[in-house]
Amino acid sequence: MKTHRNAELGLLAFSMTLVAIYAATVEANQFDTIHSTFWIPAALLAALFLGLHFVVRFTAPYADPVLIPAVALINGLGVSFLRRLDIARAISNKEPIPGVFAGTGGRQLAWTLAALILAAILLLVVRDHKVVSRYAYTLGLVGIVLVMIPAVLPSSLSEVNGAKLWIKLGAFSIQPGEFAKLALVSFFAYYLVRKREVLSLASRRFLGIDFPRGRDLGPVVTVWLLSLLVLVFEKDLGTALLYFGLFVVTLYVATERASWLIIGLLLFFGGVYTAYLLGASVGGPFANFYDRATIWLDPFAQANYDKAGGSYQLVQGLLALGTGGLFGSGPGAGSPGFVPEVRTDFIFAGMGEEIGLFGLAALLVCYLLIVERGLRAALGVRDSFGKLVAGGLAFTLGLQVFVILGGITGLIPLTGQTTPFLSAGGSSLMANWLLIAMLLRISNAARGPANSGGSSDRPGGPKKAPTQLHGAMTEVIKP
Amino acid sequence: MPEFVLTVARFGFLILLWIFVFTVVGVIRRDLFAGVRSKSIVASPRGVGGAMPPGRPAKVKRGKAARQLVVTAGQLAGTRITLGDIPITIGRAEDSTLVITDDFASARHARLVPRDGQWFVEDLGSTNGTYLDRGKVSGPTPVPLGVPIRIGRTSLELRP
Repeated sequence: MKTHRNAELGLLAFSMTLVAIYAATVEANQFDTIHSTFWIPAALLAALFLGLHFVVRFTAPYADPVLIPAVALINGLGVSFLRRLDIARAISNKEPIPGVFAGTGGRQLAWTLAALILAAILLLVVRDHKVVSRYAYTLGLVGIVLVMIPAVLPSSLSEVNGAKLWIKLGAFSIQPGEFAKLALVSFFAYYLVRKREVLSLASRRFLGIDFPRGRDLGPVVTVWLLSLLVLVFEKDLGTALLYFGLFVVTLYVATERASWLIIGLLLFFGGVYTAYLLGASVGGPFANFYDRATIWLDPFAQANYDKAGGSYQLVQGLLALGTGGLFGSGPGAGSPGFVPEVRTDFIFAGMGEEIGLFGLAALLVCYLLIVERGLRAALGVRDSFGKLVAGGLAFTLGLQVFVILGGITGLIPLTGQTTPFLSAGGSSLMANWLLIAMLLRISNAARGPANSGGSSDRPGGPKKAPTQLHGAMTEVIKP
Repeated sequence: MPEFVLTVARFGFLILLWIFVFTVVGVIRRDLFAGVRSKSIVASPRGVGGAMPPGRPAKVKRGKAARQLVVTAGQLAGTRITLGDIPITIGRAEDSTLVITDDFASARHARLVPRDGQWFVEDLGSTNGTYLDRGKVSGPTPVPLGVPIRIGRTSLELRP
């Protein structure tokens, strides 16, 4: 059976070449000359990814060959774009060219190193993804605690730009919600593997759609309430949508019943609309969401634009995207300085001005391919727990890209999500690389020899017909 | 730096970006368009799914494959169902493939599923259980030809 590891290596070299070309173009546009040092960040990144590649070669030889190069490209372009912002600032301050580890770009490079080390550790420690299901309830508890910490902390310790998503420790701040995603996916997957028979078989038929019994709605209603609490107390629609969407989709994947999607969408839109109405009439904890919704409905209204915390950010982002047009102004030739929060929330708008719709679409296809590989791993893997985890993780990544891109392009109310692998920030980068490591682990099981739970089994051994095929219920759950 | 070089760099980068995307698609093309091998995303039993190279399912020899499901005991004794590629559900519910009026059967009692030419019986959480010969069925279990599947007072067999 082919492992495709050499294809991975080739694609990785290609993506790092692209990062180097990007860096060179930035320098050509910014300095009007290319310094002999332009390739150093790209080379460092290449060395880091090469390290991960070798870890994968030995611990997950059958893993998907596309995941690492595609993520590496996005991550590398993110680092280069942040470095480009540092360069622009250094030029305007008449400073020399920033060092490799200086500024936001340098810090992002260091974070990438940390994230890749974490991913490698995950691959080395978790040799079989089914092991994770043993700690499912612990992980579920950890996930809920992580989600709730910013909500109960005082605003001074947890609030950044109106969203209470952070734990601030001096100069250092982490976003626990990013890690909570991973824990919650594992917990949901375990819970639903056990419950899916009840959830999918016991149902009543209404209007041609199978609806579940009332008492089986308990868990979905609980998660719905939890995500509404997040919406109200952490003032963040995106995170609420992320957790709820994650649960509903895992539920749908587990039961194959479209009614869960319909129920989920109705509940979510109902809840959000109620929050909007409450925000208009009562205010209080709902006011923040109401403000965001009014901004979204008409960002170009003068009143919204002038208001403090108004649509200024959104409009600047839209103008940047519009200025970029189809092909963009070229890497390094735009003026991302006009876009607020261009290092984090609006990085896609800042990059969009320079690489245009054409380039952004390529990046989006990369995200799409990453999600597709995750879903493919879910289809291929043989145990239900792995299927639900891989499907849930891939969907989370896609939904997060949707939430932030929908926000900055005005499709949905803007909320401060990070763009996975692109935005400056360690929490997001580390959590998402852990997610990729988990997908690599599961895709290794999916693409590897049939009898392997992990990577240790011999490839191509004699395949005898299994005498007893265990269903997911008996195979996965060993409490 | 001349304008020409900058323009080449600007468009060259975009073109290379797309070449990268298409190279990636080329690497995974085979299973990107291979179609979904396992129809349902959950509950594909061990040994089926991603393991097989696409387009070449392991076929059991035609002569030994089961062609018919025959009811050998119970109220429906003598009933024959010709087997195809689709799963067969057994139970008292009216939408079952084989509707049995047996007091000891559940509404959705058991299911027979073909995988690569071999049929598997699977209990759907029935009250009184499904038995393959003398053994109780707990997970998807392969059904050899001529071995009785017992559901309540009904007994079924696969025949070539």
